[in-house]
Amino acid sequence: MRAKEIREFVKIVEESNVGELEITRWWWGKIRISKSSSHVTAMISPANIAENTTISQASKPVAKNAVVEETPAAQTEESNLIEIKAPMVGTFYRAPAPDAEPYIKEGENVSPGKVLCIIEAMKLMNEIEAEIKGKIVKILVDNTQPVEYNQPLFLVEPS
Amino acid sequence: MLKKILIANRGEIALRIIRACKELNIETVAVYSEPDADSLHVHFANEAVCIGPAPSHLSYLNIPHLISAAEITNADSIHPGYGFLAESAHFAEICESCNIKFIGPDPHVITKMGDKAFAKDSMKKAGVPVIPGSDGVVKDITTALKIVQEIGYPVIIKASAGGGGRGMRVVHSPEELDNAFNAAGSEAESAFKNSSLYIEKYFENPRHIEIQLLGDNHGNIISLGERECSIQRKHQKLIEESPSPAVTQEVRNKMNTAAIKGAQGVNYNSAGTIEFLMDETGYFYFMEMNTRIQVEHPVSEFVFGIDLIKEQIKVASNEKLDEKMKNYKLRGHAIECRINAEDPSKDFRPSPGKITSFHVPGGLGVRVDTHAYDQYVIPSYYDSLVAKLITHGKDREEAIVRMLWALDEFIIEGVSTTIPLHKKILNNENFRNGDFNTKFLENFDFNFEGGK
Repeated sequence: MRAKEIREFVKIVEESNVGELEITRWWWGKIRISKSSSHVTAMISPANIAENTTISQASKPVAKNAVVEETPAAQTEESNLIEIKAPMVGTFYRAPAPDAEPYIKEGENVSPGKVLCIIEAMKLMNEIEAEIKGKIVKILVDNTQPVEYNQPLFLVEPS
Repeated sequence: MLKKILIANRGEIALRIIRACKELNIETVAVYSEPDADSLHVHFANEAVCIGPAPSHLSYLNIPHLISAAEITNADSIHPGYGFLAESAHFAEICESCNIKFIGPDPHVITKMGDKAFAKDSMKKAGVPVIPGSDGVVKDITTALKIVQEIGYPVIIKASAGGGGRGMRVVHSPEELDNAFNAAGSEAESAFKNSSLYIEKYFENPRHIEIQLLGDNHGNIISLGERECSIQRKHQKLIEESPSPAVTQEVRNKMNTAAIKGAQGVNYNSAGTIEFLMDETGYFYFMEMNTRIQVEHPVSEFVFGIDLIKEQIKVASNEKLDEKMKNYKLRGHAIECRINAEDPSKDFRPSPGKITSFHVPGGLGVRVDTHAYDQYVIPSYYDSLVAKLITHGKDREEAIVRMLWALDEFIIEGVSTTIPLHKKILNNENFRNGDFNTKFLENFDFNFEGGK
């Protein structure tokens, strides 16, 4: 199971009245997410199949039997926030050059056409533009991080 | 040895390649379109990258996204599988220029063999028997008429850039020639953006026999023997077997020699297949060369005893083929049934959807290659192959009987499949006697309950 899927399940538990959520798949094992008054905990147990190496080799792996703790985020996940997703596969850059100022910062306003970042693919730098008007609430990826198609890059509060 | 392979494919072949990589200690990168996020190949690879939405041209055929995915995961090579970009010389060239090893033959060989008229010419020069016909592209109807007068009716007009049965017209008499020539040209232009045509003698009841080859970068080429692929519907294979019940040892030796000569003529250096048409007297003629691994490769793996994907990867890593393989002989008999999610009684209408119950047969001499599982949802965007069921026996009869009970044990519910059709074919008297050709399914009765 990929890290972003785990984050989504954690979010579901966080935002609802669900106290505990357990999901089992025969090919990767079991994950249990539970909520107490102070935090949300996720426990992952890999499948008990001797030669199965699925869990330890998921992309952006979470170590076997790890406990992922996520405190109720300072980010209040409002349901009207929009995700800006990667339209292509490549490497994410926040600025036009290594020593230059980033295109945008958290808290800044954007409007359609504003360049938000670069995704580099096959040695070509592709400028990614905003298509909506709003405020950048959170930048979800780090500079030079590889991104896949549809990976959420920015959280925007539309205006 | 290659260190990390990105598999530019999906479904059962992606899983097949991952298995070979695990045995060779090579890391794997799976790529997937959005609907394939829960695919087995995604779960069993070391890493996975989403490369696009459902439509193939935006995902599995999206070269920039594929190359990008290889770059961000530091994959040193790409295995194209079959279909998709497996025979795209353009893709192979781009891989090369990005320093990514394309697991297949050199790009110029893909181009040459992809041009049907050129391939025929190349084989002829290597001394491989070819179907009598035009010497390359036929420019106009006058030239066509001259050729037809030489080789005699019936003839078939084919698109040079074509395949899959399109841009083809059979002509039985002089009155039909004009229309057929023009119709084939138009169809070729619209399907392949290339209206070039060539003409060949047409065989009424041929068998489709192909030779599996393996070549390395050091000039060695071996043949893994023939596969009998005459059970086809609209040029799509349904059942394949090895050896062919119609090929004698004498013909086999001639075919192996011819195929190896043909491959040597283009310095072939990967896994590939040369297809022949064989007439009723045992004479065979070159049809085309497929410069990729094929769906039915497990049939040859069973009778020859090697792992074709591993060998392909080793060859791509610049290793030499094991000399000993030149002396292997075919052992026993193997058959493959392609189980598609289609309803034969409704003109093979695709049957995507959720598999509500899935049980795979097992036991001695039974192999199942599948990416499906219980509760798997077959997407509607890609081909309908759900599983390949292959059996091996000490002789043809044992392989067939084994296949019959294995088909009985194979439970796939929630979608229609071709399982009942396979049973019917295997129980057919002519098939059992080995007495069939590519016309076998033409007048077959497909009206019975599609397996649900």
